[in-house]
Amino acid sequence: MNIRLTLLTALAISAFFITPTSLGVVEVNQFETVEEEKRYKELLEELRCPKCQNQNLLDSDAPIAKDLRRRTRSLIEEGKSNEEVKSYMLDRYGDFVLYKPRFNAATALLWLGPFILLAIVVIVLLRRIKNKTEEELLKPSQSDDEATRIKVRNLMSNSPDLTQDSGDAKP
Amino acid sequence: MNSKFLLPLIAFLLMAVLLGFGLTQNPQELPSALIGKPIPKFSQPILKTSETHDEQDLFTPDELLGKRWILNVWASWCPSCRYEHPLFNEIGNRTSIPLVGLNYKDAEQNAVQWLAERGNPYDRIPTDMSGDVGIDLGLYGAPETYVIDEQGRVLYRHAGPIDAELIEREIAPFFPELQALFVQQQGS
Repeated sequence: MNIRLTLLTALAISAFFITPTSLGVVEVNQFETVEEEKRYKELLEELRCPKCQNQNLLDSDAPIAKDLRRRTRSLIEEGKSNEEVKSYMLDRYGDFVLYKPRFNAATALLWLGPFILLAIVVIVLLRRIKNKTEEELLKPSQSDDEATRIKVRNLMSNSPDLTQDSGDAKP
Repeated sequence: MNSKFLLPLIAFLLMAVLLGFGLTQNPQELPSALIGKPIPKFSQPILKTSETHDEQDLFTPDELLGKRWILNVWASWCPSCRYEHPLFNEIGNRTSIPLVGLNYKDAEQNAVQWLAERGNPYDRIPTDMSGDVGIDLGLYGAPETYVIDEQGRVLYRHAGPIDAELIEREIAPFFPELQALFVQQQGS
């Protein structure tokens, strides 16, 4: 009981420390409307920092990320839509800058790859299942019968020739 | 029966080759969105060194139309710039290729001192204290090096420091003068 209580307390305390870091490193910015503030956050989450490649603009503390946050903010204030801001960044930094890259020749494999793999797996699996069921339906029942029949006949007639004639066992 | 073992082996080998290839790739080296496109228009004040004459002077890429030139983005706070600087000194002193050094997010005094200590190979030094030109160039940081053609289009871009091998392999093909210089060096 005591251990559980300590753990809970530790968890409660650590929660206080977790919250500030999870808010990211974004400068305090005041937008005129809540809507703009929301769009700003959305864009920063989707735009990737070019310098520190596994962070978005919201997380990154790199100087270039700071500059791009400032630019994003001013573009929003100029009245640009989310799509326009993304195009703006795309023109300068390429597909790489979007965590959800647009569909084009270069990114086609990235988008379609998983579905192609899935299709291949489904086709292979279906074939296997089909082959197996055919085998199960045909082989065990008939061949077992066949085998016993041949064995019995062998015992009765002492003729080893019949064993080779497994395909058509009728006399 | 054999295929039962062969198939996973083939899959494993394919995977190994693919991942091995991935290891040779540098994820920091990204294609520039600017290649083949005109260099963004900008008009920036010139760094005030002892060699600058006109204090009101501005640099725009248009003034080099008709020439093939090199743009190097540098800063006094950037350690890799220190590493690559002797090569730009060489290019600046031994060729007639126009060399522009964009001073990126720097403090004027530091930049001037840095050049005084290490040599100034640049024909023009526009400044970008805010980083706005950097964003238009799709810059990741300093140093970066661009080759701009006679029509003002970006032919080549390299993010990160350059070395002699990279000049010989990737930049010299754009400039006969560089080719002569670096092939000569190799021979001696």
